[in-house]
Amino acid sequence: MRCANLDWRRIAVTSAVLSAIVGCATTPSDEAVRAQATEVMKASFKPRGQANLDRLDQDETQRVCSAYAGHALPGDVAKRIEQDNLKTIGYPADGKLLGDWKNGEKIAQEGRGKQYSDDPAAPTGGNCYACHRLSAQELSYGTIGPSLYHFGKDRGYTDENRRYAYGKVYNAEAFVACSNMPRFGYKGILTEQQIKDVVALLMDPASPVNQ
Amino acid sequence: MLAEVDSREPAFEERENARHEFLIRAMNAATTASSAACLHVRHRARRLRPHRHCASLLASAFAAVASLALAQGSTVDEIAKYRDALAEGNPAELWEARGEALWKQPRGPKQVSFERCDLGLGAGVVHGAYAQLPRYFPDADRVQDLESRLVWCMVTQQGLNAADAVKTPFGDGSARRSELEALTAYVVAQSRGAKMNVPLDTPRIREMYALGEKMFYFRGGTHDFSCATCHSEEGKRIRLQDLPNLSTTAGAQKAYTTWPAYRVSQGELRTFEWRLNDCFRQQRFPELVYGSDTAIALTTYLAHNANGAEVQAPSIKR
Repeated sequence: MRCANLDWRRIAVTSAVLSAIVGCATTPSDEAVRAQATEVMKASFKPRGQANLDRLDQDETQRVCSAYAGHALPGDVAKRIEQDNLKTIGYPADGKLLGDWKNGEKIAQEGRGKQYSDDPAAPTGGNCYACHRLSAQELSYGTIGPSLYHFGKDRGYTDENRRYAYGKVYNAEAFVACSNMPRFGYKGILTEQQIKDVVALLMDPASPVNQ
Repeated sequence: MLAEVDSREPAFEERENARHEFLIRAMNAATTASSAACLHVRHRARRLRPHRHCASLLASAFAAVASLALAQGSTVDEIAKYRDALAEGNPAELWEARGEALWKQPRGPKQVSFERCDLGLGAGVVHGAYAQLPRYFPDADRVQDLESRLVWCMVTQQGLNAADAVKTPFGDGSARRSELEALTAYVVAQSRGAKMNVPLDTPRIREMYALGEKMFYFRGGTHDFSCATCHSEEGKRIRLQDLPNLSTTAGAQKAYTTWPAYRVSQGELRTFEWRLNDCFRQQRFPELVYGSDTAIALTTYLAHNANGAEVQAPSIKR
């Protein structure tokens, strides 16, 4: 698509919506360019495997966080993102938050899932080690997120902390607006059982994370 | 570089094999036991292309260096040393040689060589051309990066079918090797040592730069990832892989000027469009279309931010 051929009426409408969301933090021309960039992106990708073009349709959290990237996030905007995302967290009906840490470790190691090159029938990984240090044995860990070594041991093995860990994995945006961490439960990346297993990796006293 | 030769000529094959043996020996000097096995494989399979086993062995050597380096606190120094040791024998030279032959060969229904292709500095001028791309081309009425410009020349000058030209830009496994990767390697090599110089001197390239900047921060997909998720902070890594901070001048300069690269783990030369394409795959986005405006806008954003830094590509990466 040539940039000059874009539908400016559509962009103007999108821009107006964005302006309402973002307020006065960024300039109007910024909004127009962002809307144009989104239009160009939608014409620059093709569906492949399990990844369809709807993956480029941003939800409000993605839209607002994109708009504020590189700028300070105003307190009221952050608060609204966190409140909206907090409402999405579905806690297990059986009330049990701790699964099997051994499965949790496998999920934390597994990087495949949701890429167009991945088998959609295979279980999706959480890829926690890509960004976090967890057990002391695994030396190949990333540093985009904080170290989670001794997560339960340092915080205490309480109901409140188990609930926090479950919620954080389910939807990280509920606790830190525009966090880099994926919303594993809300976006359907991990199942309820998988999240329980990851919570066990963090919160079970027997887990290698807490040794 | 090689003189004009037909790649099908037996003498060319022989010379290339000898050159490749030399390259492999140079790599062996840096990789001890694993590459001795690699050399053995090379002697058995006299092929122009680096053998898959070599690639995986070298990848293991990289991993070994990385593990060692972790114990020492950082992977950077050790990998840099390893890269220096390999630089003398970068297999990217094979792609450059193949690209040079393709550049000079009359091709397509019109039997025209790339020597009529204008990369911005005049028809057939390759020296220093890559360091000044992307740019706005009035004949195409479009901002183009090197790869989309090559495709434009293939289609408009050589008469190749547009869909065929971009069917497998990154090759097709062992079945088909990419001509675009070879051509890109050749053209980029003619800018080695030249300083990046991509001015925002036309409205269209200014527009592309501005779009690229917004795209860099666009969060989407199942995982809410943008380019910035991994590439906007200093000193971060995924697993053990160090991540360049592309939001700073120094970070963009260092990263952009080292692509294309021979990827040891894949046994392939990979271009900057491949880099973008595979980043988006890992972002869980759909597939980035080769030569699309998103590819060109992001390339423009990074190339302009890399201004002033010397092109060091084709390089060699893990």
